Amino acid sequence: MNDSLLRELVPAVIGVLVRRGADFATAEDAVQDALVEAVRRWPDDPPLDPKGWLVTVAWRKFLDALRADTSRRRREELVEAEPMPGQGTAVDDTLALYFLCAHPALTSASAVALTLRAVGGLTTRQIAQAYLVPETTMAQRISRAKRTVGDVRFDQPGDVATVLRVLYLVFNEGYSGDVDLAAEAIRLTRQLATMIDHEEVAGLLALMLLHHARRPARTGPDGRLVPLAEQDRSRWDTALIAEGVDVLQAALTRDRLGEFQAQAAIAALHADARTVEETDWVQIVEWYDELGRRTDSPVVRLNRAVAVGEADGARAGLAALAELDPSLPRYAAVAAHLHERDGDPVTAARLYAQAAGSAPNLPERDHLTRQAARLNTQLRS
Amino acid sequence: MLNLRNLAPACREPTSGSVPGANTATMGPYLTKETKMAKYLLLKHYRGAPAAVNDAPMDQWTPEEVTAHIQYMRDFATRLQSTGEYVGEQALSPEGTFVRYDGEGRPPVTDGPFAETKDLVAGWMVIDVETYERAIELAGELSAAPGAGGKPIHEWLEVRPAYGEQATATE
Repeated sequence: MNDSLLRELVPAVIGVLVRRGADFATAEDAVQDALVEAVRRWPDDPPLDPKGWLVTVAWRKFLDALRADTSRRRREELVEAEPMPGQGTAVDDTLALYFLCAHPALTSASAVALTLRAVGGLTTRQIAQAYLVPETTMAQRISRAKRTVGDVRFDQPGDVATVLRVLYLVFNEGYSGDVDLAAEAIRLTRQLATMIDHEEVAGLLALMLLHHARRPARTGPDGRLVPLAEQDRSRWDTALIAEGVDVLQAALTRDRLGEFQAQAAIAALHADARTVEETDWVQIVEWYDELGRRTDSPVVRLNRAVAVGEADGARAGLAALAELDPSLPRYAAVAAHLHERDGDPVTAARLYAQAAGSAPNLPERDHLTRQAARLNTQLRS
Repeated sequence: MLNLRNLAPACREPTSGSVPGANTATMGPYLTKETKMAKYLLLKHYRGAPAAVNDAPMDQWTPEEVTAHIQYMRDFATRLQSTGEYVGEQALSPEGTFVRYDGEGRPPVTDGPFAETKDLVAGWMVIDVETYERAIELAGELSAAPGAGGKPIHEWLEVRPAYGEQATATE
């Protein structure tokens, strides 16, 4: 049994322990301990019923933890005296954990960490590596998060939008260390989609698949950022694109449009163009308008200005940009792009250099610096 | 009888003698300079360092020169990882803000970013090396990263020794 199949069992096993009366925080620790034992013992002695094995071992670990903690003596008696609560299904349990780990009382960083551990079954060390923080820091973040949701009723249904937001954050973290967070976010969203029939869950899954399909083309061999227009489209993953488009189309037919479906639609239109020239910019602008009606995000309006620049010409793009606040992140980068297309390389070069100075990350800074360098080199010759 | 020599500080001259369990030949400066790894912070500045020899701003290079520079920095870090001398690094955005406590129950006071700040750190790298000379050698190599015209930038890097742990052997 491979690592991700093992991890798929984690939320259901936590759910069983909680339904038997364990508190969430201790149950979660017990399941992690059981996983460590599984990784050690299963290669030589694979169980016939992996989930049953994990439940048994985790329950024993839970009781051990309880006994070790004398202050909990009374609760132990309580657990052992009370009849077992009604059996829930594994799906209910797993779904309940998604909601619990994305509880609105948690900060985004805590919700993300807790989701990756309790729903994703990753170890604290793996999560710490992925977010480039020391393991002790991540351990504290997770245990504080568990305390925060300690008194929340386990089976309370939450707002699916909070869960989607957390999964989207995980996806956007990309990948570093030995854990591919984008792939993990897709796995968790797929699992969620099998449990809830909700058009925005499908919308988010489609969005992730369509973005992930382009990942091999998004960075050059030297790690540099390759913008959409310059990507080698033969390196896009056509199977993922086909799946993403299918998932999206099924969601759209339900006629309950949401933010993630609109974003996925834009991603699908890009994915559908065999060359950058074939891109259906007019339809993309329409989807940005649709998206803009659903969110007040300035990022959406900034991206819309780029699309308008392609659909109706650079002047129209600049006019759309003029309505926005110049202090927005990436404003200068968009302005530089549009001025270059408008045939003003001098202004564009100055704006690219300015944008590089306020870039939010290194690959973008390097990319913008190269753009400025490219134009300045042209202007000198 | 109280033997005050047992309380001798960690970095005595090797002549001090009678610390239990310590070999006098490896004590003192020898211990820190030759046998004990030490961490150094290499600081790169946006502003505040003396001007580099090849000082053209990056957006005035050719794109190929920018790429060569980035590649040099990546290769440098990779090489230090392979020699076991790399600890970490981080590039910093120029958008810095000064903050100070403003009294109980009040939000902190912020100031900046200052366009004219004299000293502005652009990034840091921490290395763990055997000697001070090795730290200087590596900083020199980093400063040789290619810039405009493919020639070394010769930029000034600041090398700051980190205080080490007290040596266990001299307890």
